[in-house]
Amino acid sequence: MNLFNHTPILILAVPLLTAFLIPIIGKINKKTTGILATLALGLSLIMTIVLAAKVLSVGPQVYVFGEKSSLLTLPSGLKFPIRIMFQIDAMGIFMGLITALVSFLGAVYSLAFLDNKDKIDSYYSLLLLLTVSMFGMEFTGDLFNFFVFLEIASMASVSLICYRGADLGEPVEAGFKYMVVSSISALMVLFAVGIFYGEYDVLNIAAIASVVKYSQLDKIALGILVSVLAMKAGAVPMHMWTPDAYSEAPAPITMILVAASQASLYAIFRIVFSMYNITLNTLAVGWIIIILGLLSMFIGVTMAIIQKDIKRLMAYHAISQTGYMLLGVGVGLAVLANPEALKDYGITAMEGGIFHIMNHAMYKGLLFLTAGALFFRTGTRDLNKMGGLAHYMKYTTIFFIIGAAAIAGLPPFNGFASKLLIYESVYKFNPLLSIIAMVVSILTLASFVKVFHSAFLGPKLPQFKEVKEVPRSMVFAMAVLSCIIIFFGLFPDLIVKNLVHPAVMSLIEQLQYTGTVLGGM
Amino acid sequence: MLGLLETGSGFWSAIIWILLVLVIGGMVIYLRNKGEDSYKKNTEQDKPFISGNPEESKESSHLSASHIYWGFTEALKGYYDPLVKMHTGHINDYSGWIIVLTVIILIVIGVSG
Amino acid sequence: MIGNFPYFAVILLIGCGIYILMFQKNLIKLAIGINLIENGINLFLITLGYRKGAIAPIYTQAPSGQAMVLPTPQALTLTSIVIGVATSALILSMAMMIYKHYGTIEVNEVRRLRG
Repeated sequence: MNLFNHTPILILAVPLLTAFLIPIIGKINKKTTGILATLALGLSLIMTIVLAAKVLSVGPQVYVFGEKSSLLTLPSGLKFPIRIMFQIDAMGIFMGLITALVSFLGAVYSLAFLDNKDKIDSYYSLLLLLTVSMFGMEFTGDLFNFFVFLEIASMASVSLICYRGADLGEPVEAGFKYMVVSSISALMVLFAVGIFYGEYDVLNIAAIASVVKYSQLDKIALGILVSVLAMKAGAVPMHMWTPDAYSEAPAPITMILVAASQASLYAIFRIVFSMYNITLNTLAVGWIIIILGLLSMFIGVTMAIIQKDIKRLMAYHAISQTGYMLLGVGVGLAVLANPEALKDYGITAMEGGIFHIMNHAMYKGLLFLTAGALFFRTGTRDLNKMGGLAHYMKYTTIFFIIGAAAIAGLPPFNGFASKLLIYESVYKFNPLLSIIAMVVSILTLASFVKVFHSAFLGPKLPQFKEVKEVPRSMVFAMAVLSCIIIFFGLFPDLIVKNLVHPAVMSLIEQLQYTGTVLGGM
Repeated sequence: MLGLLETGSGFWSAIIWILLVLVIGGMVIYLRNKGEDSYKKNTEQDKPFISGNPEESKESSHLSASHIYWGFTEALKGYYDPLVKMHTGHINDYSGWIIVLTVIILIVIGVSG
Repeated sequence: MIGNFPYFAVILLIGCGIYILMFQKNLIKLAIGINLIENGINLFLITLGYRKGAIAPIYTQAPSGQAMVLPTPQALTLTSIVIGVATSALILSMAMMIYKHYGTIEVNEVRRLRG
């Protein structure tokens, strides 16, 4: 038995088993649970990197459960796959890398961040479950399996949003709202899965992709899936849960929730590109996604400007940045059936959108962590009550400047590189879209200038005399994210060429995805 | 070259940009250091100009977040009022929007064929 | 026509659930609405698995030549029921916590987070 062949399942199994081990260990010693969770997530980060190297050099990997060999997709001469399987292509591993990195840093940050040490074991247990479900959503090749992981993700994240619920009402309210909307979305996903099963008798994404006809039923399933998954990703006008949940969750959890909502975004792309591809009316569906993106960008950023709660403000920015991803990939989808336009600007637009997913996870994670650092030391999230904190928290200030510059798309940080890709390619599709995207970028800068001015600048305030720099593990997590942002900003071509471009190509070329399961059909 | 990102209609390189910033910044600093003839130290010119009003103490002059962009939100009242009213916080509205948008998307997909 | 009858029941159940989620103002009723949608979808999955004249797929007791149903929909429904139990428990416990902190479970009152 070669463990190396089992990396896809070990990435999930290690955190999953640790998640159930932690409550037992927590009975003996609560403090070690945090270190144990961090170690498990670190191990799964290393394995994700190993798997990424394999996927990018060899090609898409499959892992079939319950079969003698994990590579046997079609046992005993069947025409269609019946087993549950993981199917990891360049796009899946791209999202997997984001998940692994973000959850590892979230666990490191939590080591010092958590003040309530009594419930620390359940916190880490749920954090590991959330990570596992995100990996599952990104790796799975089976629609029903996707639904199960979606439900695990929403349950784990709801419990984590309510983490401070024993003393406060607001976190529970946010959790309740998120639970209701995510239950609706998960059930609607199950309904769509049922439609696919009734029509084609298979649940494997690749197998459905090879027979999908875009009939009336397929259209209904597509509409339901796009809308509810866009809701999970936080697209306007279904975004109202986002500011509630993001602002009330503990800061490291907010960072992971951003990655979890991006896993839903990934599912939209997977379904639209890998499952339907050019059978659907690409122009109509592309425009639906573009308009969702435009609304998210504009309404998200304008609502952010008037917020007074620092995390609520950043949550509205998360909505607005999701709009960029939808815009970039939507333009790619709109020209999918037109090979010339696709080659001319479609691929670049998609590269911009996909690259933005990773950039957003990094800088928005960093910003939420700085907001958490401010909350950790000052005990408030209200911008009106803050001021002059740059005098006391020098590292946090520097990290905030890096994150704010990156999200506003200032060169030379990473946000600029991906936004430039989107502007220049979307301009060829429709100049108006590009102009709106730039206006939104300016408004983003404006609102972060507001945060920077009211929280960090100004004279020393008497009530913050005791404030000092945050503990080392929090600084470490923020420093790692800052280094990644600067590295991506200085060498965007390395990432685009080696990670983003293969991901885009594996979305566009449907056969690359279906071929790994069904053989070159 | 390392760091050169092709964007389809041009290229972007952070390294070149940083070099340019260094060169232009150097020129600006050089010009600034040449000085301004009419400036005299320790006169009225050193004080901030606030239309003749007396200068406030540093602690009371901090502008809190609600006052920033007051003019912007005031000018766009017609846009902001309905938008803020839309964010009711009612859980019914949250689920209502999902259903409404699903129906709209289904209609668009159905009509477009 | 009579064969399509379960699908009408599915639509009715999901419709009732959606109506409750959109217009009822009590948090416990919202949990009931979600359960209704879930039951509708479970019924949908089970109906998909029905084949006229087919028997349960137990190899040892099957008469030869008889058609068997594919057990996948039943498996899906079972999983979905289990997940539904967890969801309901979580939602109801959160409604309880909200009542503890807010003193009410009316939707109109439970909206400190808005704007």
